[in-house]
Amino acid sequence: MPRDLAVRFDSVRFSYGSIPVLEDASFHIHEGEFAALLGPNGSGKTTLLKLLLGLARPDSGRILVFGRPAEEARKAIGYVPQAVVYDPAFPISVAEVVRMGTLRGSRGRYRPEDAEAALRAMAAAGVAELASRPYSALSGGQRRRVLVARALAAEPRLLVLDEPTSNMDAESEALLYASLGALKGRATILIVTHDTGFVSALTDSVLCVGERSGKRGSVVRHPSVPAEGVLAPETYGGAALRVLHDAELPDDGCCREAGR
Amino acid sequence: MNGFLGALLDPSLPFIRNALLAGLLSSVLFGVLGSVVTVKRIAGLAGAVSHAVLGGVGLALFLSARGLVPGLPPIAGALAFALLAALLIALVSLKAKQREDTVINAIWAIGMSLGVLFIAKTPGYIDPMSYLFGNILLVSGRDLVLLAAMDVVAVAGAFLFYPQLEASAFDEEFAKTRGLRTDLVFLAVLAAVAVAVVLLQTFVGIVMVIAMLTLPAGTAGFGAKNLAGMMAGATLLSVLFSVGGLAASWSLDLPAGATVVVLAGAAFLLVSGGRVALLALRRARAERERRGMTAGDSGR
Repeated sequence: MPRDLAVRFDSVRFSYGSIPVLEDASFHIHEGEFAALLGPNGSGKTTLLKLLLGLARPDSGRILVFGRPAEEARKAIGYVPQAVVYDPAFPISVAEVVRMGTLRGSRGRYRPEDAEAALRAMAAAGVAELASRPYSALSGGQRRRVLVARALAAEPRLLVLDEPTSNMDAESEALLYASLGALKGRATILIVTHDTGFVSALTDSVLCVGERSGKRGSVVRHPSVPAEGVLAPETYGGAALRVLHDAELPDDGCCREAGR
Repeated sequence: MNGFLGALLDPSLPFIRNALLAGLLSSVLFGVLGSVVTVKRIAGLAGAVSHAVLGGVGLALFLSARGLVPGLPPIAGALAFALLAALLIALVSLKAKQREDTVINAIWAIGMSLGVLFIAKTPGYIDPMSYLFGNILLVSGRDLVLLAAMDVVAVAGAFLFYPQLEASAFDEEFAKTRGLRTDLVFLAVLAAVAVAVVLLQTFVGIVMVIAMLTLPAGTAGFGAKNLAGMMAGATLLSVLFSVGGLAASWSLDLPAGATVVVLAGAAFLLVSGGRVALLALRRARAERERRGMTAGDSGR
């Protein structure tokens, strides 16, 4: 595997009991890339995400994250879930939620440098002024940015965001994409979304999950072009790209273009 | 209160001092473990474990009285049943979530029923009320030592594994992505709760121990800024309810465990009601201000 690959799925198959979800998922993402993984609801995006995060194991095939099996590379990944199902009566401040991102497995208490990392992450995600507020007192958009900060606290090499702008207000969306734009190049970013029409102009590569040649959960690489007249452009952080679903790029096309 | 203070100092009434010590030592478990039970929302699971304990108590009494295992103390049976119930619940919760409710209720009911059956077939008279609702006369020196040891385990566990407890309770999936074995955290918490309910049931009884593992923590949660604050607040409140309940029960000749729980319940309801009323007042004020601004705008 070339050194500069952040994520590599090779012929991955996964099923829930007798129900196949992914029948032949193969794709890769280069280090430093801003990638978008698209697919309608039920296409297998969430399963793919669980496999990438090492929360589930494939039936067959290979998943490598920075050259290591996914479950060994968890600490290199910052994960921003679509939502946290939490108890609103849970007493916890924003700073404490963000510090949670520096958790080191089953052992060890937080260290002083963890609080510093949390402060940096809050500044990067634009939520520094919310640090002392209770998490339950925030708006949905603010909470999502706090979860981005939590993912950034561990200074991940790969940031994975699941439906980052769903139920977000326009201001929070703009702030989120500003944070991601500032991070682009320093970390690999993967956005997972059910919106298959457009992606943010920050996007380098578009991967689409769906049925292909009768196989469920295959991944296809599509080209994208600058889009005009996009409704709600704030959803994409301003400028957007239109995904050309009729065209298909070879999965190794990016490597050949770059001479890699 | 003077009567209670006098009883505490009376050398001929050592059980009241034991009861007070049991209340103070129990308060640490009510506060620390109760906060974890509350934020992890596993009160139902803890309730099933505590009720299953009666089966173990009954079995131990039966085996001992029948001479099958002479001298077997009820606490040994209680501990075995509590840990077995906790293990079963944990397995179902982790491996067959869709059947969780049914299994929890089954363990709850079967545990209690077994206890009643064993006690019915045990020679001699045994008052199940002492086990169900607690009896401060039953607090022994051994109970106090065990409670103190469990306090040390609970406080040390909460201190050493605070980040893991906090993360697994707040967002289990995220905690897993950080490499935390949330299944082990869950098992450890349930095992600690199982041991604790066995030790706590002497003070407040099997039926009411779950109330004391949730009410002080729930009340403290309204004002706490974080889980550690909730634990500290719940411990202090538990001390207040335990001492106040014991004093009231002594003065008014009431069952101690029930009095403690009624105090804790009343405080929880008062604080919850006050909070709901405060939020309603704030909303009404905000609405009035909004209407005032709208009227001002249209008047211009």
